[in-house]
Amino acid sequence: MADQSIPYPGTFEPVQTEGGATLLEKLHSWVITVDHKKLGILYVVYSLCFLLVGGIEAICIRIQLAIPDNHFLGPAVFNRFFTMHGTTMVFLVGMPILFGFANYLVPLMIGARDMAFPRLNAFSFWLTAFGGLLLYFSFIGGFGLYGMGSAPDVGWFAYAPLTARAFSPGHSTDYWALALIVSGFGTLGTAINIIATIVSMRCKGMTLLRMPLFPWLMFVVSSLTLIAITPLTAAQVMLLIDRYLGGHFFDTQAGGSAVVWMHFFWIFGHPEVYILVMPAFGIANEIIPVFSRKAIFGYPAMVSASACIAFVSVSVWAHHMFTVGMTSVSNAFFTLSTMMVGIPTGIKIFNWIATMWGGKIRFATPMLFCTAFLLQFLIAGLTGIMLAAAPLDWQLHNSYFVIAHFHYVLVGAIVTCIFAAIYYWYPKATGRMMNETLGKWHFWLFIIGFHLCFDTMHIPGMLGMPRSIYTYQADRGWGTLNLITSIGGFIQGIAVLIFAYNLIVSYFRGLQAGNDPWDAWTLEWSIPSPPPEYNFAIEPEVKSRRPLWDLKHPEDPDWRYEQ
Amino acid sequence: MIRSSKLQASKWLRVMSLGMFGQMRAASGLAQDRSLPGHMSIFSPSSTPAIQIDHSAILVFAITGAIFVFVASLLAFVVIRFRARGDESAEPPQVYGSTQIELAWTVIPVLIVIVLFLATVRVIFAVQDPVKPHSALDVTVIGHQFWWEFRYPKLGIVTANELHVPVSSQDHPTPTFMKLLSADVDHSFWVPQLAGKTDLIPNRVNEMWIDPLQTGLYLGQCAQFCGMEHAKMLIRVYVDTPEQFAEWTRNQQQPSREDPQVALGRHLFETESCMNCHTIRGTAATGRFGPDLTHLMSRATIASGIVANNRANLTDWIKNPDHFKKGSLMPAMQLSDDQVDALVAYLSTLQ
Repeated sequence: MADQSIPYPGTFEPVQTEGGATLLEKLHSWVITVDHKKLGILYVVYSLCFLLVGGIEAICIRIQLAIPDNHFLGPAVFNRFFTMHGTTMVFLVGMPILFGFANYLVPLMIGARDMAFPRLNAFSFWLTAFGGLLLYFSFIGGFGLYGMGSAPDVGWFAYAPLTARAFSPGHSTDYWALALIVSGFGTLGTAINIIATIVSMRCKGMTLLRMPLFPWLMFVVSSLTLIAITPLTAAQVMLLIDRYLGGHFFDTQAGGSAVVWMHFFWIFGHPEVYILVMPAFGIANEIIPVFSRKAIFGYPAMVSASACIAFVSVSVWAHHMFTVGMTSVSNAFFTLSTMMVGIPTGIKIFNWIATMWGGKIRFATPMLFCTAFLLQFLIAGLTGIMLAAAPLDWQLHNSYFVIAHFHYVLVGAIVTCIFAAIYYWYPKATGRMMNETLGKWHFWLFIIGFHLCFDTMHIPGMLGMPRSIYTYQADRGWGTLNLITSIGGFIQGIAVLIFAYNLIVSYFRGLQAGNDPWDAWTLEWSIPSPPPEYNFAIEPEVKSRRPLWDLKHPEDPDWRYEQ
Repeated sequence: MIRSSKLQASKWLRVMSLGMFGQMRAASGLAQDRSLPGHMSIFSPSSTPAIQIDHSAILVFAITGAIFVFVASLLAFVVIRFRARGDESAEPPQVYGSTQIELAWTVIPVLIVIVLFLATVRVIFAVQDPVKPHSALDVTVIGHQFWWEFRYPKLGIVTANELHVPVSSQDHPTPTFMKLLSADVDHSFWVPQLAGKTDLIPNRVNEMWIDPLQTGLYLGQCAQFCGMEHAKMLIRVYVDTPEQFAEWTRNQQQPSREDPQVALGRHLFETESCMNCHTIRGTAATGRFGPDLTHLMSRATIASGIVANNRANLTDWIKNPDHFKKGSLMPAMQLSDDQVDALVAYLSTLQ
């Protein structure tokens, strides 16, 4: 690629390649970077570190619950660990890693040279990063003036009035609220940035309906983020006003309402699930067609189903509140709205299967994970329908059935797709392939562990085991099931360690990837791996949704057929 | 006859529709044996709300189960049939979509959702908006960190952690209607065999009802995280025959038993801090922060169902509540062994 084509007047000297810069200079370049690719990698690495931390917390939780009347963790530590596990996995792993992928991939996929606001991009990342550090600083700093506290122990949903100063002295709850406010601002910044990038920076010929589905999904997700994060931030501010400025929003002892907190939290919390799962859809939308060797089936339906899910998802939040004593009419309404989510989601699953139908499916590691995603997301959706039925939810709400259900979504669908995405785009980001043998070990161990753990976990819920309990009596009959669940958890842990090893080793010893190792069709595969800082030497021009297909098959280009 | 064959049929339907849950269902059939798992199963209901939920669950499980079998087999077929077999060079024919097919798999889920919704909504109204018969028993349940207070306003009874209700039958319905309140944070009342759960939220009044159709002991526990000892906030519901319940009521309505032999213990109770938190009717102790102890010994357990109610456990509990329940709000009172013995001797007379 000819460097003269960089159209930035007065750019610095091109950064020296390997070996030229000292370690300190390299680190410095990562800290000051505004390049969307470097920020994307920072997001992903940051999230993977927290994935390990949150995973260790999960393993500790599972050791404690493996046998009845266990004394591995006391109640205080257990409550902190499950609070931190939930908060970490949602706010410090799920969202940053998916926004990291968006950061890295959206500009490449739409043929842009960077995000619309590179500095805002860097600012957002560092806000998110410091939010996470602030949350974990609570382990040291939360001790507070009263000799109480340490890490937050109020659950990741932090229901009022347990967060009031009367019940949560010390500063642990303050760390929780402040950390999420800070990282929430970071998330909002990135969401605005993604929307602006997609709206205004698409390359020549890329109409909205020629855009690949991953950017489409990120566009929907970012819009939803603007709607969902705002009430959470507002609620956190109100909580802090209650705690320090004598407010009574959630202070039931002074006439405040605990239910108002739940509304605020879940009108954030449920769209949040879709904020996390829709990028996973986007990943599947890119990987499944490439490995099936077919165009995505029903592209317009996929786009409209995504928009539809986002739209419906803001009207379902109170299905988390079927047990708080809403009227029967409200319960019926939220039952209906929640079940309706199943329709666009069903369309998506059928379209993915139709994409694979008649293809020549290559089961490389990314596709293995995507296939597992399809099955697991199907089950997660169906248990979701069960929980949407308010009467069934009266039994299953806050039981281990719910825990199993949402881990099926978060791990079975989202984490599985994240793994697929890392195997798929790692060659683009590093120039080297990940080890396929280790990848298969990772896949099979993880899937076996996952099903052992989370399939089993549904059952104690139906046998009356509530969530958030640090121990249970032997005579309750949940012991064996919990032991199996814990064993499954361990196997997943081992699989993740293999994955981490693969990530590091492949960086140094992986096979050279070349521009386009998967024979794929979107723009990011037309440029070198890793891409140069300016991405595209010449602005690309596209005529269809699969520009590289057109290039590789000039006799039979896509643009002849697309509606 | 007809009824039993119908039951048989529905049992079969359950087992078949549940597939992976079949085994658990079978286990739940043995619900009366409390040493086996399944005695808290939502699938061994014995009260109308739980039974109605169980019935709607069968329908929901059957429909979702059928969807699962269909889609999963489709996926399995595609994975096996269309995997690449070496001839990687030629690309398969490209298909971009099909309006008819996509319309079909939009309309069918819409119909399924309508069926599911209509079946569900009937149960919502039936369980949530019942007609309250005059023969109903009223109980006020108050959630505390980390124990349950049960008040029977019309009977003048106050007790804790162990709820006694009469058995109900179709001919003589004596359902129990519960008013749910909280003294501090959110809790949730869940006894799976009797009904779904309902939250106890401070500054708010919730309601739920049960009409247990079989006598016996039903177990449950708090289902909303409420702080440190959320895990040790167990519920025991004793469903009594009408005679047993009348007898229990008579006993509970009495003031506490007087016994001059344990006057020392009583004196300690009334002069040390015990009385600030506990009530013993007929004495100076009228505290409401902790459980009412007027008829302490009529309860089988202490510390909200954690350990058996006997002298040894009572002694341990008074000396150091943290021993059984680390986050219990009852402080260790630093009494001497003699004082504790006297107190336990007194409490042991409170039949």
